[in-house]
Amino acid sequence: MFTLGPIGFATPWLLLALIALPVLWFLLRAVPPAPIRRRFPGVALLLGLKDDEAETDRTPWWLLLLRMLAVGLAIVAFAGPILNPEARVAGSGPLLVVVDGSWADARDWPRRVEKAGALVAEAGAEGRPVALLRLTDAPEALTFQTAEAWTGRVAALEPQPWTPAMEPWAGTLPEGRFETVWLSDGLDHPGRGALLDALQGRGTVRVIESPRPVLALHPARFDAGKVVLAASRMPAADALQLEVLARGPDPSGIERELARLPLAFAAGEARAEATLDLPPELRNRITRFELAAGRTAGAVSLADDSLKRRKVALIGAGPDQEGLQLLSPLHYLRQALEPVAELIEGSLSDVVLANPDVVVLADVARLTQGESDALTEWVEEGGLLLRFAGPRLAASDISRFEEDPLLPVRLREGGRTVGGAMSWGEPKALAPFAEGSPFYGLVAPPDVVVRAQVLAQPDPQLAERTIAALEDGTPLVTRKALGDGQVVLVHVTANAEWSSLPLSGLFVQMLERLAVSTRAALPGAADLAGQTWVPEELLDAYGQSQDAGEMGGVAGEVLAEAISGGPTLALPPGLYAGEDRRVALNVMGPETKLLPADWPPSVPVEGLERPEAQALKGAFLTAALALLLLDVLAALWVAGRLSGLRRGVALLALALLPLAPEARAQDAMPDDALALEATTAVVLAHVLTGDAKVDDIAQAGLLGLGDKLWQRTSVEPQLPIGVDIERDELAFFPFLYWPVTADQPTPSAKAYDKLNQYLRTGGMILFDTRDADVAGYGATTPEGQALQRIAAGLDVPPLEQMPPDHVLTRTFYLLHDFPGRHPRGPIWVEAAPMAEAEAPEGMPFRNLNDGVTPVVIGGNDWAAAWAVDDGGVPLLPVGRGMAGEQQREIAWRFGINLIMHVLTGNYKSDQVHVPALLERLGQ
Amino acid sequence: MSSSPDLRSRAEALGQTLPPLLAEAEMLAATVMLGEHGRRRAGLGDEFWQYRPAHQGDSARMIDWRRSARSDAHFVREREWQAAQSVTIWVDPSRSMAFTGDRSRPAKADRARLLGLALAVLLLRGGERVGLAGLAAPRAGRTQLLRLAGRLAGEEGTQDYGAPETEGMVSHGRAVFLSDFLGDLSGIEAGLARAADRGVKGVLLQILDPAEEEFPFDGRTIFESMGGSLRHETRQAGELRSRYLSRLAERKDRLATLGRAVGWHFSTHHTGQPAQSALLWAYAALQGGR
Repeated sequence: MFTLGPIGFATPWLLLALIALPVLWFLLRAVPPAPIRRRFPGVALLLGLKDDEAETDRTPWWLLLLRMLAVGLAIVAFAGPILNPEARVAGSGPLLVVVDGSWADARDWPRRVEKAGALVAEAGAEGRPVALLRLTDAPEALTFQTAEAWTGRVAALEPQPWTPAMEPWAGTLPEGRFETVWLSDGLDHPGRGALLDALQGRGTVRVIESPRPVLALHPARFDAGKVVLAASRMPAADALQLEVLARGPDPSGIERELARLPLAFAAGEARAEATLDLPPELRNRITRFELAAGRTAGAVSLADDSLKRRKVALIGAGPDQEGLQLLSPLHYLRQALEPVAELIEGSLSDVVLANPDVVVLADVARLTQGESDALTEWVEEGGLLLRFAGPRLAASDISRFEEDPLLPVRLREGGRTVGGAMSWGEPKALAPFAEGSPFYGLVAPPDVVVRAQVLAQPDPQLAERTIAALEDGTPLVTRKALGDGQVVLVHVTANAEWSSLPLSGLFVQMLERLAVSTRAALPGAADLAGQTWVPEELLDAYGQSQDAGEMGGVAGEVLAEAISGGPTLALPPGLYAGEDRRVALNVMGPETKLLPADWPPSVPVEGLERPEAQALKGAFLTAALALLLLDVLAALWVAGRLSGLRRGVALLALALLPLAPEARAQDAMPDDALALEATTAVVLAHVLTGDAKVDDIAQAGLLGLGDKLWQRTSVEPQLPIGVDIERDELAFFPFLYWPVTADQPTPSAKAYDKLNQYLRTGGMILFDTRDADVAGYGATTPEGQALQRIAAGLDVPPLEQMPPDHVLTRTFYLLHDFPGRHPRGPIWVEAAPMAEAEAPEGMPFRNLNDGVTPVVIGGNDWAAAWAVDDGGVPLLPVGRGMAGEQQREIAWRFGINLIMHVLTGNYKSDQVHVPALLERLGQ
Repeated sequence: MSSSPDLRSRAEALGQTLPPLLAEAEMLAATVMLGEHGRRRAGLGDEFWQYRPAHQGDSARMIDWRRSARSDAHFVREREWQAAQSVTIWVDPSRSMAFTGDRSRPAKADRARLLGLALAVLLLRGGERVGLAGLAAPRAGRTQLLRLAGRLAGEEGTQDYGAPETEGMVSHGRAVFLSDFLGDLSGIEAGLARAADRGVKGVLLQILDPAEEEFPFDGRTIFESMGGSLRHETRQAGELRSRYLSRLAERKDRLATLGRAVGWHFSTHHTGQPAQSALLWAYAALQGGR
């Protein structure tokens, strides 16, 4: 197959047709675009005019190029281009497939197995013997077998959660020459170079590596009371955001996710850290951390006891003992425990309820019976009671004659003082800790001395209960088991009064050993040595917990080595339990680095999957077609025939316009329509409330009022309009009828602006609460409240109840009351500016000439009284019988008066001057 | 049998076109309300003009006794002089007038007929006699309007470009030439000269399609006249635009100069514009030319 870079051609000879392109160039160039025939009377004026340029004589070069490109693409397309054509290299001789099989392989194990299977099958097809080698296995002699023998084994292959030991394999390679395919996990493992050399000595080596990044989580550690989690990755590429899950049993024992925290790798950084701050209750339950992204053993970090913090209750002497802070028996305990444990303080009965891990009694002698019982019960269930001696304990007769259940030994009266001003001897130092003591291995500094202590009665069990003694053999710390728990007595005070022990580091270490406080993050080799550690729980390569099964215990030294060097075949990662604590062996140590495997240039490295062969014929043909289409347009344009298309293009552009401007246009259109409709004649308007029934009645009411105006006055209103105060322009309407409903929304700030502008510039709003039948007499209706709410934002002048001489009573009809459907609710209008204005002698009205009230407020439900249907028949009943009809008539008259007032202002008020005017005219 | 359906269909076609044209013309003319059309001096006519004291020489028959009885003097009743003018309208029937640059616009011929007929409506209403050059002699009255409408609708020339027809023109009358005046200038000049010789004054109204005014063409084009008698090929029509426009302006200028020389008015009307303004102008020009 003929290939050109990554592209191969199925029928390369067709490419010869490309030679014809230059010929095509000349052919196309010679043919000018065809002319258009046009009928045009103005041709008479054109006669004799010559063309300026002869340029368009030939096809323009870019059009030619377009066509050449199209033809060229078509030729290439028919030559059958294929991207990444498969080139198979046949091998010969035996084939060795090497698989790392480490935890890092687990991230894409199925594909590795698939690849290995394909390699084996391929070799089988070629009749080559095959051997498959998993480097994480124990080295053993290899034999080449037929591919069929391997097929089943390949499928059953699993990765292992430890790093492969490579060097030993170099010695076990089979004889003779063979070809090697190494499926590497991408990480650098010790001994890889030696094995590679050995393999290259036998034949060619090909490496297949997955480009996917390796992610790993380091063990959690404590820093300033918070859990710090670190993760590494390889390679250090772009910024990456991961999540770390903290898992553990919930209170009912079901394992679930307890916390989740983000972990961000900066670009180019191989390591990232995050801090987890959890309440101790939750934190103590965490059994494992894992990266949400990676399902490998490396992405899992088991949490052991080093993460747990004990709950310690500190009980000091009674409150009557006042002293300096440094003399407080609890001070040193608090200092020692605060960074590593949760401290509880309070009365004994309270703290026992909190179920602490440890209760420390510092120089507490007497306990009430109830306290004693509760404490005993708590210790028997597994609690640790740590008591410190002191003056009170020494002075009391507790455990004097028979052993107190809450003290490990009987005490002699008074204790002893050594090395003091009034005593003989030197202050006593500590004897080395005996084997079997929990303190074994700790070194007692020589400057720790004891000046006073309480003494234990020599008893048969005293020796076995003593876990620390002074150099003269006097017990310093005694311990006894009580039920599942234990009681420990330190025969000195918890402060520096009797000894310098609390001042030394030994005090802290002893507390640690007593499991009062949490230990250091990672147990040192010394901590582990001498014990047998039994695996409780093991991790597989995918990070899943497995039962340890029959696996035997390991010595502490071996475990310590594995913790520093990483798990091995003999010591898989997992949770190992010792006598009093559990230690996690994780794949990743705190400082383990992920290093990429560095292959020499002589070794070809492939990705796990190769790009698939892709036929490009379709793509090329499509491109050629698209270019030809473009050519059609271009040719039309050159020939000047595109003008007819322009309209189509414009239409298309219009159709493709984003929706937003279109929506605006739609909004603008009705506005114009509304403006036209509202301004061609007088139009009464009502505010749309959103309540369809109310709006319908308002519409019908204004229709009825309009009819009456047509019939009786020269005002000839058009059909009424419902306006939306949020959207519509109000300036067109002289009069707005606003029926108030209880659930009407408060207008927006913009609508208020519009309404206020409307009121200031001479508009009138008739607010109708339609509740005159129930309102009044001090009652507040929902509609009234809604009106208050709405009117709060309106620029409404001071109001007064309509005075009997208001101009509304006489703008057209002479009226005394203004009923709607309800007869006589109060009506409020703008207060007269001159309240003191007096009616002139002999005149029924005061001289109030200025201003049209901007609002009229009432509750008579006028629209209901005005409302008529399309035939002009009243819609709703008003009152009863003829009296009701009379009331309706008066309601109409009020409406007419109102509209007259709106349209003519106060001209009726000015009529008081008519006699004077007539007099002046001299008639 | 064979001619009867043909005749009938033609008659129907005519009947279909005639009323709309006439109605449209009437509608157009109705927008022009110029009031009573008189000569503003005493003379022969039907309308009362004034009473004047009787002079010597006035026959006794001329005295209006009813008016004279109201006073001591004798009065003669004078009527307003109502001398009708003869207006001859020539609507270019040539094929070039059938052009329209856009389907939404009427052909130039349609607009010319409409304008001519509307003018006729107005003039007839004003009491003038209106005729069509070479088709109908000037006459007054409502029936003349129907006749004119029929003649106009039926008129269909065969020539590419028209030259003004002066046949049937009344001496010292008025004339209206409605054409695109894109044809040979000599023919137009000759027609105008013949009219001027007879003392006829009038109006030259050039009716053009906006396409003729803008020349919105591009690319390689062969232009042909409507009848196909003339053709011009260009490779880049857009290049010709400025020169075409200058030639058109020159043509208009020439027509205006020609008209001025013999006391005629000249204006250009585009079919893209409403006909009313052109009608008003033409009517005013006819009035002013008196």
